[in-house]
Amino acid sequence: MELTEKEQKMLSGELGNAKKKSMAILLALGKIFGAKNMIPVKSVQVAGVSYSNLGEAGLEYLSELAKDGKVEVLTTLNPAGMDTENWQALGIDSDFADKQNRVIEAFSKMGIQTTCTCTPYLIGNKPEQGDHLAWSESSAVTYANSVLGAYTNREGGPSALAAALTGVTPNYGLHLDENRKPDIHFKVEAELKTLSDYGALGYFIGNNCKAKIPYLSGNLKPTNDQLKTFSASVVTYGSQSLFHIKDITPEAGKFEIPKEEITITQNEIQNSYKELSDEGTEVDFVSIGCPHASIDELKKVAELLKGKKVKVETWVATARPIKKKADELGYSKIIEDSGAKIACDTCMVVAPLKGRFKTCATTSAKACYYVRGKHGMKTRIGSLEDCINAAVSGGWEQ
Amino acid sequence: MKGRTIFKGKAEGEALVSAEPISFYGGVDPDTGKIVEKDHPLEGQSIADKILVFPQGKGSTVGSYVMYSLKKNGKAPKAIINRETETIIAVGAIISEIPMIDKIDISQIKTGDKVKVDADNAVVEVEQ
Repeated sequence: MELTEKEQKMLSGELGNAKKKSMAILLALGKIFGAKNMIPVKSVQVAGVSYSNLGEAGLEYLSELAKDGKVEVLTTLNPAGMDTENWQALGIDSDFADKQNRVIEAFSKMGIQTTCTCTPYLIGNKPEQGDHLAWSESSAVTYANSVLGAYTNREGGPSALAAALTGVTPNYGLHLDENRKPDIHFKVEAELKTLSDYGALGYFIGNNCKAKIPYLSGNLKPTNDQLKTFSASVVTYGSQSLFHIKDITPEAGKFEIPKEEITITQNEIQNSYKELSDEGTEVDFVSIGCPHASIDELKKVAELLKGKKVKVETWVATARPIKKKADELGYSKIIEDSGAKIACDTCMVVAPLKGRFKTCATTSAKACYYVRGKHGMKTRIGSLEDCINAAVSGGWEQ
Repeated sequence: MKGRTIFKGKAEGEALVSAEPISFYGGVDPDTGKIVEKDHPLEGQSIADKILVFPQGKGSTVGSYVMYSLKKNGKAPKAIINRETETIIAVGAIISEIPMIDKIDISQIKTGDKVKVDADNAVVEVEQ
């Protein structure tokens, strides 16, 4: 690989240990993936934040880097294991809180903005079409690539952090136009109205596109929130972090429509719902906001909860600046008066929830995968109305 | 056998071979070095001080941090050999400073073989 003078300086250790380690990581990755050079990045999104995922090892590693590491570009952070201000209300214990705070401090020391959200594009880190990035957090990567037309690989926590500390990433994969063309065409005939409909769509496409980049056409008029949830779902169930939608996404018109076709009827969507949900009507946890809720979603939640009380533990996860907006607009008070909790900085995927609840009702297909696998819960997936009804009634209507 | 250097260094020891990928996050106990993934062919065995041979990694990129932990706890393998590596194991070897070579035909190595790893020159020697 060809390195610039600055990249060589970083690799030699002249600019400190953190940059040396980081360049070594990026160089090795570049070698593995056949990159000819590094490419500068506009911003970085770092995953690997929750103490329940990192453990003592991760904390040690980050603290070591923080001794002399400073980021070179705008760097934002993934959700942590807890709401940093309100962790007691969410049932987190103080030992965990202490460790989690030390993780966040290490990131902060490196100059990272501790935004603790998977939706950086909603709160000040919004890439433009053509920007090269090094983002981790698969839903954000997929949204940035597909909906915003930015260029990023699906980085892991350590490689994203290395990119932040050096300002560069190896130039391979989705940084190259030729790797962004779609290979399979999904003709969508089903009617899609809710977030969970788009999640179910992502579930089907992810499972059926294998390693191919999907191109979608059909009667699709997704809102931004629906694109957000689709991005999360398609990358959770499939291996590609890029999709194209005819007349909707910025790069869709650049490519030839793929010859291989799969038609998606209402049947495929209904089957996806069946596979994403477990049978039964009990619910002891309702979870909204995977990816983190937008201000519009919070408005809808408030409208549904107004004047009501929840019978079941209910979390609405969102980025802190969005909660602050919801405070001003009066949505937060309505939501919290119902007994539901607004969770910032965290979510139902990365919080240490194992063993606390048996069954989770959610609008998010992505959340179904993680609450099943990581937390051993059963799942119910449905629209926002279905989920809030479950929270208020204490049971799921099939 | 000649392969590709992922991280430099030399080591020799006893091979522990898996034909299945290994997930360090959730699949290996960082305190004991034992493989804990349910139904994994090496379940219950310790990778500590072994020449660990497997096709590639899988699972979360947090696995790189688990490898770092193993090294700090003195439970890391002496060296790692992969058929075709991916990011988790490569990054893990680099941050933990574990000698590592990939692009090796791992079917040529059996558990118990004495193996010499020269990751400076990307050479693996197997004594059978």
